[in-house]
Amino acid sequence: MSTSEKWVGRSIERFEDEALLTGQARFMDDLEPVAGLCYAAILRSPHSCAEILSIDVEAARKLPGVIEVLTPDDVVAMSKPIGNLISRKLQYYPCAVKRARYFGEPVAVVIAEDRYIAEDALDLVVVKYEPKAAVVDPEDALSSSATVLHEEFGSNVVHERTFQYGDPEAQFAKAAKVVACKVNYPRVNSTPIETYGVIADFDASNGRYTVWSNFQGPFALHPIACDALRVKGHQLRLISPPSSGGSFGIKQGVYPYIVLLALAARKAGRPVKWIEDRLEHLAASSASTGRVTTVEGAFDAEGHLLALRLSQLENVGAYLRPPDPAALYRMHSTLSGPYRIRHISVDNKAVVTNQVPSGLNRGFGGPQFYYPLERMMDLAAAKFGMDAAELRLRNVVRSDEFPYDTVTGSRLESGDYRKCIEAALERAGYPQLLARREQARRDGKHFGIGIALAVETSASNMAYVNLALTHAQRLKSLPKSGAAGRARVIMDPLGSVIVHIDSVPNGQGHRTVMAQVVADEIGVLPEDVEVVSDLDTFGGAWSITSGNYSNRFSTVVTSAAKLAGQQAARKLRAAAAKELGVDPDQVQLVNGMASAPGGKNEPIQIRRLAMQLHWDAGNLPDGVDGSISELAEFSPSSLTVPDEHDRMRSSLAYSFQCDLVALEINSATGRVHIEKYVTVHDAGNLLNPAVVEGQVRGGFAHGFGAGMLERVTYAADGTLLSGTFQDYMCPTAPELPDVDIVHVITPSPNTLHGAKGLGDGCSMLTPVTLANAIADATGIKDLTPPFLPGRLWHLMRGEDPDAFTRKRQPPETGSALTLKGALRGDGTVAIDAPRQQVWDTLLDPAKLKSIIPGCESIDATGPETFIARVRVNIAGIGGLYDTKIRIFDRKEPQSLRLSGRGESKLGLGEGEAFVTLKEDGGGGTVLSYEYSADVGGRVAAFGQRMLDGVVRILLASFFDRLRAYLRGETPSSGLMATVRGWFAMLQMLRGPK
Amino acid sequence: MLEIEAGEKTTIRFTLNGKPVQAQAESRMQLADLLRHVLKKYGTHVGCEHGICGACTVLVDGRAVRSCLMFAAQVEGASVVTVEGLSNATGGLSELQAAFRRHHALQCGFCTPGILASATQFLQDNNAPSEHEVRDMLSGHICRCTGYTGIVEAILMTAQKRGGA
Ligand code: FES
Ligand code: FES
Repeated sequence: MSTSEKWVGRSIERFEDEALLTGQARFMDDLEPVAGLCYAAILRSPHSCAEILSIDVEAARKLPGVIEVLTPDDVVAMSKPIGNLISRKLQYYPCAVKRARYFGEPVAVVIAEDRYIAEDALDLVVVKYEPKAAVVDPEDALSSSATVLHEEFGSNVVHERTFQYGDPEAQFAKAAKVVACKVNYPRVNSTPIETYGVIADFDASNGRYTVWSNFQGPFALHPIACDALRVKGHQLRLISPPSSGGSFGIKQGVYPYIVLLALAARKAGRPVKWIEDRLEHLAASSASTGRVTTVEGAFDAEGHLLALRLSQLENVGAYLRPPDPAALYRMHSTLSGPYRIRHISVDNKAVVTNQVPSGLNRGFGGPQFYYPLERMMDLAAAKFGMDAAELRLRNVVRSDEFPYDTVTGSRLESGDYRKCIEAALERAGYPQLLARREQARRDGKHFGIGIALAVETSASNMAYVNLALTHAQRLKSLPKSGAAGRARVIMDPLGSVIVHIDSVPNGQGHRTVMAQVVADEIGVLPEDVEVVSDLDTFGGAWSITSGNYSNRFSTVVTSAAKLAGQQAARKLRAAAAKELGVDPDQVQLVNGMASAPGGKNEPIQIRRLAMQLHWDAGNLPDGVDGSISELAEFSPSSLTVPDEHDRMRSSLAYSFQCDLVALEINSATGRVHIEKYVTVHDAGNLLNPAVVEGQVRGGFAHGFGAGMLERVTYAADGTLLSGTFQDYMCPTAPELPDVDIVHVITPSPNTLHGAKGLGDGCSMLTPVTLANAIADATGIKDLTPPFLPGRLWHLMRGEDPDAFTRKRQPPETGSALTLKGALRGDGTVAIDAPRQQVWDTLLDPAKLKSIIPGCESIDATGPETFIARVRVNIAGIGGLYDTKIRIFDRKEPQSLRLSGRGESKLGLGEGEAFVTLKEDGGGGTVLSYEYSADVGGRVAAFGQRMLDGVVRILLASFFDRLRAYLRGETPSSGLMATVRGWFAMLQMLRGPK
Repeated sequence: MLEIEAGEKTTIRFTLNGKPVQAQAESRMQLADLLRHVLKKYGTHVGCEHGICGACTVLVDGRAVRSCLMFAAQVEGASVVTVEGLSNATGGLSELQAAFRRHHALQCGFCTPGILASATQFLQDNNAPSEHEVRDMLSGHICRCTGYTGIVEAILMTAQKRGGA
């Protein structure tokens, strides 16, 4: 390799991969960093909104193997509420104190010798709740009759601010056309495949908590956690594991659990490990904010967008948890998007609802903003009768206008937006697509084309969070600004290169890219650079901005490493110059050797130069202060606090993206087929194109998921309906279409490699690109993702696609049942026994006890009433149901009607069944049944798909056992029966997939 | 049928990555927990514990199964292969693993051990798969990082290299 060839910019293979591919990489749940670990399980609220009347942990505490139980009273005694920007009256503890405010909120923590025992003990904690009317919809939260979630604060509106830039009203007054669009953007969860995990240890001798967790930053949350724990910075040592199984932002939300488990460890007097399970993750980790936006655009007669009027209502879930309401402000300084808009007004509100608290999820605040903006642009194009791409080309910032200062204060430093849009049109074959659309429409098909644009921000200026405060409030509070990156380059006494970085990666190949960066500066091979990315707050290379968010790696962290590498190279050159007899700046560092073209001596090994600085410290070259351990910070001075008019540079670098899709919808099924998807990015220089491609494809998968499949869904009472991967559907390989990636490169002058970021990318833009195409194909204006076939099918018929979350299904005609539950079914079974015998068996409690799977007891409480205790296991979670059964309409031996109502830790269930018995003519019986049931509480979160399966399996098992009984066999009892029920369940879960 | 009391541990004997092993486990213990927390083979990952994500997939007698949906006791006498046992004889990356690295088929790598297990069986049963078949096989796995393109390529390339296609 010659001196001019660089490692940066090349698609080298990743150094992370070998350990990951052979099972040697160590993730959170693989760690046992201290002796004497015990395990925690968390009891969670089955209600979304309820007063907690009492918590009795005595029985749980007595279970052998249980060490301690942490209760809300302990949490209040040992910690403070987690602070937020807005008000002390909005108290947020990491568990429910007096009142549970969302489904799945922690209520108590059991600490035991192993995880199985801890989970067993959860069943023994007795909590009395008094449910209240939940507030689920953000618009309902505004109503004066809505339950106030935080009574001390007094209102569900926890934040409110208005802004004005330029003179929007004057522009609206003179506009030729005004176009409005309202969107209620749903919440999603990034669902990394590795869930949250925390190990906490408390050292009573010095009051120090040491915590290992897969928290990913921002480390600005470290002081917030310290404050909650009432300790100084050095008394909360945070350590990240060597590998992290994905995050996409959401592992920011681990920090309340850091506090909770730290307290658990303190109470238990033992180090405690907690690994979140998937059900907990989907219910209670975090989700993006939901946002109801009304956006209006004022256009002149030629289609120039003059002004925007935005009203945004942010749903932050049950608590205002830092950094929110930041999602509302992440895009604030780029509210004009890629367009030349000089007049903007914004009306922001944030409300609390009985839903999971919000936090970082891929795109943080981006999808919620671009969806309504880019829908509005399409509605405007339609109103002008103009091509959607043409309207956008007319309005984007022109290439000769860079650097372009937006009216809200950002400086878009470089770009060529027109070129990117044209590249998208060309790659997609736009004219041909338009012709295809023509043809398809003539054929009566639903073919649509969608286009959308976004500016993506990189390296966020911390100051943007403070836009939630007025200028006067800001003056009184601690100023915040900056977006620093840090790295340290070390060469040890044997000359090995070690680099510490503060980006806390979750799979993005940071170690590889960083090795490329440092290799270029000090003239060694990337494979000779060992990059340490685990962060320890007792180590040196971290700061308050550390972490993996807002594309800070490709912008500020790599810039910091370049600086540190340059400092190291300066020392190496000085040492070499002395031996080579040349000036330091004549020394070249290449391929592990230092040489000087005109020098008198043979080249010297770089390794040896580094050794020399360690071993011969009495003889350092001029201007060199010691061996190589170079810490560098890259901290752009342009990123300052907002001015008095709320203008600020929110980010260091601004990328651009244009997506284009062509799709066809099958109107009979509502299924969408993607014909072509093109995504064009200008993210400046690419540090490792293969890694970049991985980011684009991964971002697309998230955007496609949010557009087509995923949504955190609640029932009207706040019960979570998307509690498993069966109902929270992430795209798998067959669903994901191919995506055609194009790069346009205009380097950023603001970063040392000219790189910008693109980690959010398609996750921000794909949902609205798809929506625009679906609107184009169907003519439907009002579209809310996800575009599941069923939802789209209803939308295309002008029906409410979400009726099932709002009200019960209408009664089916001809049904014998009165309860119109969500779980319904019917069936017929042939039984090889006379009808009277079947009848007698079904009505004999003693016999039924051995037939009903998981039945522990059944007693008659009257002639037509019984009480049964039945254990049901679902997806590894078991509960004992005390069920009251009543028999009606008994027509011996032909038919009867049953109703039942059961209660357990898993929640409530009620059902009704109608059973008929007919003789089959050959001495046997045909039993027909029809049932309808409803469940609430924790069990409901398993979602309909899974529950339907469970009911089918339980019924199949019941009839098997009934037949066996009538054949004179004894169905096995107790544990093995449960195990076999489980088994059937597992088979079902394994399913056809 | 064997009746086991709740809480009682039994000894399970089986072959793990070619070596005979034995371990004590309660009847309710899942295979994934046995492998990870009793036998300390941390390469097998757990992403959902309800059978959807596929991260926990291992080979039991050559068949890819979800170790979160199997009881430890069920592998008595079986041969179990985890990601730790998939490398080639000299401990280097197998052809499939090397193809994953070459095609950037992983990012965080948390889903990868399970996908490698499924792909191993798949390639044994199907030496000249189409892209459609590969994607169909992958439908039992969730990868949140990569968008699957590299994974599909790596599996197709491995098949091609082995002379199937
Ligand atoms: S952990 Fe077994 S399938 Fe997800
Ligand atoms: S590589 Fe992260 S989930 Fe697949």
